[in-house]
Amino acid sequence: MTSSHRPHVDLHSALRLRVEGLCVERGESRVIENLGFVLAGGETLKVTGPNGAGKSTLLRALAGLLPRGAGLVALEGAGEEDVAQQTHYLAHADGLKAQLTVAENLAFWADYLSAEGPAPNFPARDVSVAAALANVGLAHVAGAPVAILSAGQKRRVALARLMVAFRPLWLLDEPLTGLDSASREKFALAMRDHCALGGMIVAATHEPLGFDETRELRLGKKLKVAAS
Amino acid sequence: MTSAFLTVYLREIRIARRLGGSGSMGVVFFLTLVTITPFAVGPDPNLLARIGPAMLWISALLASLLGLDRLFQADAEDGSLDQFHLSHTPLELAVLAKCAAHWTTAGLPLALASPLFGLMLQQDGAALFGVVASLLAGTPALTLIGAIGAAATVTLRRGGLLMALLVLPLAIPVLIFGVSAANAAAGGTVPFLTPFSILCAISLVALALCPFAAAAALRQI
Repeated sequence: MTSSHRPHVDLHSALRLRVEGLCVERGESRVIENLGFVLAGGETLKVTGPNGAGKSTLLRALAGLLPRGAGLVALEGAGEEDVAQQTHYLAHADGLKAQLTVAENLAFWADYLSAEGPAPNFPARDVSVAAALANVGLAHVAGAPVAILSAGQKRRVALARLMVAFRPLWLLDEPLTGLDSASREKFALAMRDHCALGGMIVAATHEPLGFDETRELRLGKKLKVAAS
Repeated sequence: MTSAFLTVYLREIRIARRLGGSGSMGVVFFLTLVTITPFAVGPDPNLLARIGPAMLWISALLASLLGLDRLFQADAEDGSLDQFHLSHTPLELAVLAKCAAHWTTAGLPLALASPLFGLMLQQDGAALFGVVASLLAGTPALTLIGAIGAAATVTLRRGGLLMALLVLPLAIPVLIFGVSAANAAAGGTVPFLTPFSILCAISLVALALCPFAAAAALRQI
């Protein structure tokens, strides 16, 4: 993914993800307690921690897919109060329909996720379906039904979804699962490009993301914030 | 807003067509139910003519429940539902579009096939017209009411039976006025338009309320 053909807009100062006193409960137990951080535009936050530490819970709560017990999650400077509509959420379930072709799946999400147009403060930076597929190296299977793709290829289609509709905040849950090293490099480029445009990434992963400029949030039994 | 509705609608139609299943399956199930009726009640033409509209409606009601439990379940499993939550487009609109697509592929074929099956139950022309008209007006309500049940049971592995238990009592008014409209068309004491108008009203109320109820249920998961 290259940014050379797109207008470079400096959103670093404009955008800010503010999380204050976030508490999330699952069932009876409180998984996340009193968590707070501020992420500025262009920054990447890597969420680490052992299995069951609450990484996925944190991402779902940030996206608003889980009810937040208490606390504040706000995306400042995006022109809209609602974080959900400014967010790409990528998890194990990739939102792809096995019966539809790769291109049909992507075209649907491109249409649906940007149905109301980009947020007022952002110039349109959506990439076409064909270009997004080329970015993840899947142009040759555009017409194939998703059912016949391998797990890694499906993951790459899901990554292409992040590009077809621009959203400033990417919440990625184990984004590198099933990717080969070439795809990892391509995706690292795409993430760096997104940050260069002023976007933000919160990624829960056990593996290195492929670029250094990340802050780290370590979740454990006792939650601590470790910012570099 | 309209484009988002159309996008979801066309996607659902396309998936249903590729699956090559639920729509035609519902019609076959409908046919089976209608076929076994004479075996149960006996081949008396007068009796069949009298209970025909009711049997057609009961069969259509049961057939319309087929596949309805999967209305949101597939989306919940593959993560599409999460994406629907994150869109600018209200969830209610996506629900409505999915219901419209489900009706097109499952409810509409039932209504269109009913005159053919009505012949097997000794229905005359007027009665056939009554059944088709009442099914066309009533099946949207069945789909929309079913969507509430489907949304409420979306996380349950075997939610189909529970969904039927939730939905069937709510569908009773549709059944009552659907059958009375069909009977009235066949020649009764009530003019056809009286029950038929109420049936249309039920469908319109379902159209106005059910997407909100189903979307509210989907937000709770």
